[in-house]
Order: sequence, then structure tokens, then C-alpha cells
Amino acid sequence: MGLIDKIPAYVEKTPGGGVLMTPLNWVVNNVKASSLWYMLFGLACCAIELMATGASRYDFDRLGMIFRATPRQTDLMIVAGTLTLKMAPRVKLLYEQMPDPKYVIAMGGCTVYGGPFYHDGYSVLKGVDKIIPVDIHVAGCPPRPEALLHGCLELQNLIKTEKLGHKRDRPGLRHLTAGTVRPSGLVVPDSMRVVQNS
Amino acid sequence: MKRADFLKKLQERWPESIQDERNENGLEVPAQAIPEALAYLRDDPETRMNYLDFITAVDYPPDTMHVIYSLYSLDKQHRVQLKVKLDRFHPTLATASHLWTNAEWNEREVYDLFGVVFPGLSDPRRILMPEDWEGHPLRKDYLHPNLASKPD
Repeated sequence: MGLIDKIPAYVEKTPGGGVLMTPLNWVVNNVKASSLWYMLFGLACCAIELMATGASRYDFDRLGMIFRATPRQTDLMIVAGTLTLKMAPRVKLLYEQMPDPKYVIAMGGCTVYGGPFYHDGYSVLKGVDKIIPVDIHVAGCPPRPEALLHGCLELQNLIKTEKLGHKRDRPGLRHLTAGTVRPSGLVVPDSMRVVQNS
Repeated sequence: MKRADFLKKLQERWPESIQDERNENGLEVPAQAIPEALAYLRDDPETRMNYLDFITAVDYPPDTMHVIYSLYSLDKQHRVQLKVKLDRFHPTLATASHLWTNAEWNEREVYDLFGVVFPGLSDPRRILMPEDWEGHPLRKDYLHPNLASKPD
């Protein structure tokens, strides 16, 4: 898919390239939208709903969505569950290992803004869009499979509006990296510091 | 065995042992009785506490830290919980990992979240939090930039 984004550079050199572009755009977008292979990983209870969506009753396969066990073969990352600060650098690494074009669905309250761990939670990342660009946020705790399917259909609609050779803006990213989100930690006053016996 | 029987047994060797009024299975033993008291309860033919449920801790500012051992006997099917009071600025307790293997991970967890140090632990790293984490999150005075307190 990365290769096909380069095609306009060749096509537009031919006379009347614009006429050719629209059907090509349509074909490519539909191909992208209807074979969203997603990465097989879940972090918490949202993963159960993700599995339910993948199983026969809700049946992800009919959208052309098949799970892949490696980021190298996936187009879509569904971040399903609570993302802890310890896990955040790993998820960012997985995202970076995915080939372009890649999409992200943040599934559930935890991935949207921290969920039930927003207040008084020290170990949970408050929104995956702090480390990776998110295309669709699916609310719920956890969201039902219908909600996730709705999110996937919305993502397909989003993909169908893409234009060849243009990268779509992703307003979901809060422009922070995992490194900056990683806690620098508490500065313990000396009176409170635990003495390590050696 | 009931709690009173455990207490009588422990008081023979550690006379400072008392009942823990907040806990129906609880006994309080002096910190220097650990780990001999645990070994004694494990090996004594009348008690045979051969299963360690868990080790946990409670932080009581300004100066106390409690460590709690929950023991169970799979043979006799009775239970007792030993509480130890420590100084919360220098909480140190001998390891019980040579008595029950699962004590090692439990003690690492108590170290990670409460900062209780267990000398003699073969692998005294953090177990849950990232290794470069500073502070012990379940202490009552823990503060963190990521921590948003709940509005009233």
C-alpha cells in the first residue's frame, strides 16, 4: 500500500491523469477499507469484547477484518484495554513496527482518557493518543461489540475519504511520545526516604 | 485450632505476642520473631501451616507500618494471620522465602508498593512497577505528577 501511494506521481505525468485518478482512488480506498487486518493483542477486559466481536456471533471476518499475530502484517491496531505506563513504550514500539498505512482504534474508556483510573491512578496512561495517533475513539467500559463494529465502520468511511498521495491529518494525536509520558516519578523528601539495607 | 490456641503456642516462645482485636484470625507478634515464628508455625505438628496465602502491608502514618502474613494449613484446615508492627521510615523484616517459595514474589510486591525491605531476599527487584520507578505507590503520603485527585 505504501507503494501505491507513489502511483499519482507517475500517473499525473500522462495527459488526462486526473480522469484516471478518481476511479483509482476509489479502488484503492475500497481495498484498504475492506481488508483491515488488526493486531492480535488485548490489554484488559476490553479484549474480551474484542474476542466476542471477532467470534461467530458478531463476526469481524465479514468486514474483511482478520487478526494477525505480528505487527508487520497489520493495518489496524485496536488498543483494547487499560494501557499502563509500564506497557506504553511496548505499545508504541508495536505501532512503529506496523507498515503504513496504519490506523488505530482506541477501544474503551481507559484508552480514551484513563477511564476509571483517571482519578487517583498513578500507573495508567491517560489516553493512548498521548503516544500514538488515534483515528477512532470507541467509548464504553467495555464497549459492546456493536459499538466496536460501529467504530470499525466509521473507520472504513474515514478511509474512503482519503486521497492518493495525501496523508490525512490525524487530530487525535496529542504530540507526546512515550518517553515524555513515562513518569519521572516522585521526588521523595529525605525524611520519607526508605533506607535500603545492603 | 482456634486463635487462642495459636496465641498460647506463640506466647510460650514470644511472650510479647497478643491478639489483634481488629481481625478474628489475627495475632500480633514482635518483628524480631520473624521468620522464626513462621518457621515454628509451619513445622509444628499441631499447627502445620504449610500454605502461605499472602503477605501484605498497611501504612499507618505518621510512623507505623504493619506487615501481615496470612497462613493456612491444608492439612488441618485452619488459618491464622500474623501482624508485625514496623517503623515506617526504616521498615525492615527478615525474609520468609526459604520457608515458602511464594513468599519471594509476595515480599517483592510489598517492597515495590510499600517500601518494606526484606534482607536476604535473593532477587529484591520491583515486581509490578517499572524498574526505574521512584517511590512506593501504596504509601499514604505518596505523590506523583500523574496522580489527579478526585474532586469532592
